[in-house]
Amino acid sequence: MKSLADLEAIRARTLENINMRKDEDACRVVIGMATCGIAAGARPVMLAFMDEIAKRNLKHVTVSQTGCIGMCRYEPMLDVILPGQEKVTYIHVKPEMVPRIVSEHIVNGHPVVEYTIGAAND
Amino acid sequence: MRDLSLHLLDLAQNSITAGAALVTIRISLDDSGMLTMELIDDGKGMSPELLERVTSPFATTRTTRKVGLGIPMMKENAEKAGGTFLLESEEGKGTRLKATMDTRNIDCLPLGDLGGTLLSLMLTNPLSPDFLFEGKTPKGECSFDTREVRAALGSEIPFNEPSVAAWLKEALEEEMNPIFGGVML
Repeated sequence: MKSLADLEAIRARTLENINMRKDEDACRVVIGMATCGIAAGARPVMLAFMDEIAKRNLKHVTVSQTGCIGMCRYEPMLDVILPGQEKVTYIHVKPEMVPRIVSEHIVNGHPVVEYTIGAAND
Repeated sequence: MRDLSLHLLDLAQNSITAGAALVTIRISLDDSGMLTMELIDDGKGMSPELLERVTSPFATTRTTRKVGLGIPMMKENAEKAGGTFLLESEEGKGTRLKATMDTRNIDCLPLGDLGGTLLSLMLTNPLSPDFLFEGKTPKGECSFDTREVRAALGSEIPFNEPSVAAWLKEALEEEMNPIFGGVML
């Protein structure tokens, strides 16, 4: 049974981490979660990112959402923004693609080119 | 939208954009199979003119395009399933959306992953607003209040911290599954 008391322990552990974290090596994942993104399947993608990040204990990655950017036909879409690099936009993302994006791009720094918007336009 | 939980995730975003401090979500299924979904916020509310226009697909508050489909699709799906759709709003006070559907109607959407929707809302809005969920089915009642979570966790720790997210996920499953698991379609 999960109890609110568990949160006290999480709080103590997490506060240290937050203070140790430096903004300059932060990596951001931004998922389109407007009506179009949600209808196309953005929610399981977002939850898959949270799972993968927790599994790998990646402390420098934040997942956030954005609205509709007008390319609804490519949804679910997301941007991965690594420090000092151009943002990379992934399109038609499915939860199964998330572990590869996390390991190859976020952890190792090599975008998964075949999933990107650039690949679709070629 | 494939299911009601996705509609809820979409519509709750309107409450968040309206600057709500607390978003209340109520879902109940009565013995006759009528499902009621309510979304209540204390955001900035809508003017009577906007409220009148907002169920049209050609009304939106955003400036990039002229269409907004979230509310009209929910209305259509409720009415298609032998239900009703009601939107009330007062400027400065907040907005209340209520949709009912007959789950025995063949056009009624399945409820979907309600826990996934609540978790998504909490993780993508890690510091505010607060969410209150109240669910009721013939199997019993359940509730989840992020104000209680924040009181124990401290308001400076965001919900998308992996250890907090994992706790939220399990806590939601424990709370919701006995009441909503397997109840619906």
